[in-house]
Formats: sequence, structure tokens, C-alpha cells
Amino acid sequence: MNIVSAKALTKDYGSFRAVDAIDFEIVRGEVFGFLGPNGAGKTTVMRVIYCFMPPSSGDVRVFDIDVTQDLAKIKAKIGVMPQEDNLDPDLNVLENLIVYARYFDIPRRDALHSASELLEFVELDGKAKAKIEDLSGGMKRKLVLARALINKPALLILDEPTTGLDPHSRHSVWDKLNQLKEKDTTLVLSTHYMEEAEKLCDRVAIMDRGKVVTIDAPSSLMRIHGGSLEDVYLKLTGAALITP
Amino acid sequence: MMISFNLKRAFRVWQRNFTVYTKLYLSSLALNFVEPILYLAAMGLGLGIFIKEINGVPYVNFIAPGIIASSSMFATIYECTYGTYVRMTFQKTFDAILATPINIDDLIAGELMWGATKSVLYGTIIMIVISAFQLVNSSLIVLAIPLLFISGLIFAEISMIFVSIVPGIDSFNYFYTLLMTPMFLFSGIFFPLDSLPPIVAKIAFFMPLYHLVNICRSFALGHVNAAVQDIIWFGVVVILLAPFPFRRMRKRIMK
Repeated sequence: MNIVSAKALTKDYGSFRAVDAIDFEIVRGEVFGFLGPNGAGKTTVMRVIYCFMPPSSGDVRVFDIDVTQDLAKIKAKIGVMPQEDNLDPDLNVLENLIVYARYFDIPRRDALHSASELLEFVELDGKAKAKIEDLSGGMKRKLVLARALINKPALLILDEPTTGLDPHSRHSVWDKLNQLKEKDTTLVLSTHYMEEAEKLCDRVAIMDRGKVVTIDAPSSLMRIHGGSLEDVYLKLTGAALITP
Repeated sequence: MMISFNLKRAFRVWQRNFTVYTKLYLSSLALNFVEPILYLAAMGLGLGIFIKEINGVPYVNFIAPGIIASSSMFATIYECTYGTYVRMTFQKTFDAILATPINIDDLIAGELMWGATKSVLYGTIIMIVISAFQLVNSSLIVLAIPLLFISGLIFAEISMIFVSIVPGIDSFNYFYTLLMTPMFLFSGIFFPLDSLPPIVAKIAFFMPLYHLVNICRSFALGHVNAAVQDIIWFGVVVILLAPFPFRRMRKRIMK
């Protein structure tokens, strides 16, 4: 069953076409990665999937619901880890999770229970009362991940989940994502790290200037084009840098 | 253009602001409380020595209901300009909220309702204080409390329209200096407008604070009937303005 299906997904910002009539499908239980240079349209595609903004045209369905129709119903089953850590600085660590749970209409008792489980899961259980500004970059990132899981999402969307993290924190986040994958959560992520894509993704879509260049498993891409995933990536993207 | 918000989801946004407020209320409550009392003391007692009464009302009693109106207004516009702007841009709180079942219209409705709640909260506190000083003649003043919610919605709507169009946080200086300060001075709080050229009263008719001052003063004197026009004005304007913050904020946030 397809968790996400997009046909001719297009997004314009004024006269700039950020995403140009792309097609893709994301299957239940897989880890699907969007790769591509900055400005390729990865974040825009993910924002359309989590109903932050509607597509300019095209047919996009998540859980078989049109993203321009019942947004609240789709978003209830999605967890989002955005590129920027938009934690609520007016609230402490635990309150961030509890207040977030309220947006999903999760009763307080269940929210407290899930929150303490999740803080343990991301190794922040000693930090429940800490202020957001006192957390390290890695801790913030893990708290954002915990927050994205508060509603037990069937689909988790991660926009550059490990950008800016030190190797220890990065491996720690990968470890968490692998655990989620084993629990049958569908994961959609964007990344600039080929190692991350190879380690986590079942399939990747390589994007360049608003278009999907190819969609395949990292292993078959490497077999077809030769070299590492990074070689494949460099071969398939950045055409603008070579041809005027 | 349709506004379609879900009241329960809008309440979740209201609740977020309320939760934050209850953590910090002592500091902000004190600040909002000191300023109106200073105005009342400086103008009422200071100026009151020279101006014994206006329209048969002792000067300090004349301005006291106006201070209820202005404090409720300032509480709302601070919240819905600086507060909303900071949540939207610097803190990215809105982006986080919009990734949950809360939709953009729920978010805007929740912010507007929170702004109106602050109007009620601060207006009521000042009401209690000036009543304690026996500056209010009639207990009918309590009827102004629900109207503080409506006026609060109007001020929240106006503030949010500005939030949606300003290029940066410094631009709010224009909003305060060119709009709010003149409105504060020329809405009949400190002197009746009929002593000025008629054009002033004509302009004031379009100012929500002018109507709120009329309502508070009429109720404080026990003349509820004198404020019927102002109440109707509120009912019309709150609805007329409503589409604009929704339409503009959608554009600003979703681009």
C-alpha cells in the first residue's frame, strides 16, 4: 500500500518553479530519501507532504487522502522533524512534549506517559525540567525527534535530521531511526550525507532543480552507474554547474 | 474567501499561550498594571487640581473608565503585534504548530482569541482597582467585561493585519506612533472631544478605542443606553475586519 503518492506535483513561489511536475510513490514501511543540492526542492516536497502548504498543481495523496482536502486528518498521523529546531523556548523540555501532545488532542495522562517514554528513548530523561536554551545542538535535535513521535505517527518526515550534529549525536539519531524502521514506521527523509542515505534508505529520489532525476535503491544506483553513492549523486546532479 | 476554523483546535493554540502566560504572568502583570495607575495618578490627581470636573463628573472619575479601555487595548495590541510576531518569525512556533492537526485558520483564530482574552483580563483588573478607589459610580460597569472581549478581538484583528504586512519587527514603531498613540490621546479619555473642532469627533468615530471609552464611561455612570450605538459599532466592525487577518496571515505564513 502506498503511504504517499504524488502525480505531477508542482510548486511555484511567484514566478519561480521550485518543484516541477514530479511523480513518486512511498510504500508503507520503507525509508525513502530525497537527495539533491540546496534549492533542488526537497524541503518544498516534504512540506507539501505534511500539509504545511498546498501544491500549486498536481495530485498528492497521503494515506489516500488528498492533501488539499482533510489536512487535519493527515497531519494527525504524521510526525515532522523540520530542518530548523523550532522547539518552544517559552516551555521547558517536558512541557514542549505535553503542549505538543495537546495539539493532537492526546489526553494529559497519556501524554505524560508517552513523554517520559520518549525522553528515555532519546536519552533525555534527566533533562525533563531543563530550559531549551540550555540543551546542546544534539539534545535539541533529539528532543525534536521525540516531539515528532508524541502522536505515534505512521509516517515520520525528517528534513535533514542530522545536519550540524557531531558524529556521536549523528550515530545516536541513526540508531533511533533504525529502531523506528523496525517498528514499521514509514520514514521520509532528506539529507546531504550520502553515508546517511546509504545506511538508512531503502530507496532514494535524486532531485535537481525541481525535478526528480531518478528513483531507485542506493545499491542498484551504484551498480548501474558505478562508484559510490556520492559518485552517482555528483554524476546526476549539478548539471547547471557544468552546462551554462 | 471562507474562514474555516475548528473551535477546539483554535482553543489548543489559545491554551499554548495561556500555559506560557501562567509561567510568566507575575512579571508582565505587574508591568501592565503600573502604567495605567501612573496615568490615573498623574492626570487624575495632578491635573484634577486644576480641572475640578467635566460634565458634572469629578476629573479623576471622568478619566478612570477611559483607563480601563486603554489598558485593555494596550494589553491586546502588545500581545498581537510583538508577541505574535516573535512566535511567527524568531521562535518558529507557528511552523511547529502547523505540523500538527492545527490548520492555519485554527492558529489565527486561536491567536485572536488569546489577544481578546488579554483585553478582558487587563481591563477587568483595572476595573477592580479603580472600583476599590471608588472612582466608579455604578456597578453596571461589570457589563463592560464581555464587551472587552469584542473590543479585544477588534484590536487583535488590527494588530494581526499589521503583523502580516510588516517587513520587520522595527516597523511596529510606525503602528504605535502613528496609530495607537494618537488614538490613545484623541479617544476622549482625558477630555471630551466635543470641545475640539468637529473633524476630530468625525475621525474618532472610526477609532475602536473611542467607542470603548464611551462604553466604559457610560456604564461606569450607570447610563447603559448611552452606549447602544457603540455596541452596535463593535458588532459590525468585528465582523467586517475578520477576513483580513486570516487572508493576510495565510499569505505571509504559507507564502
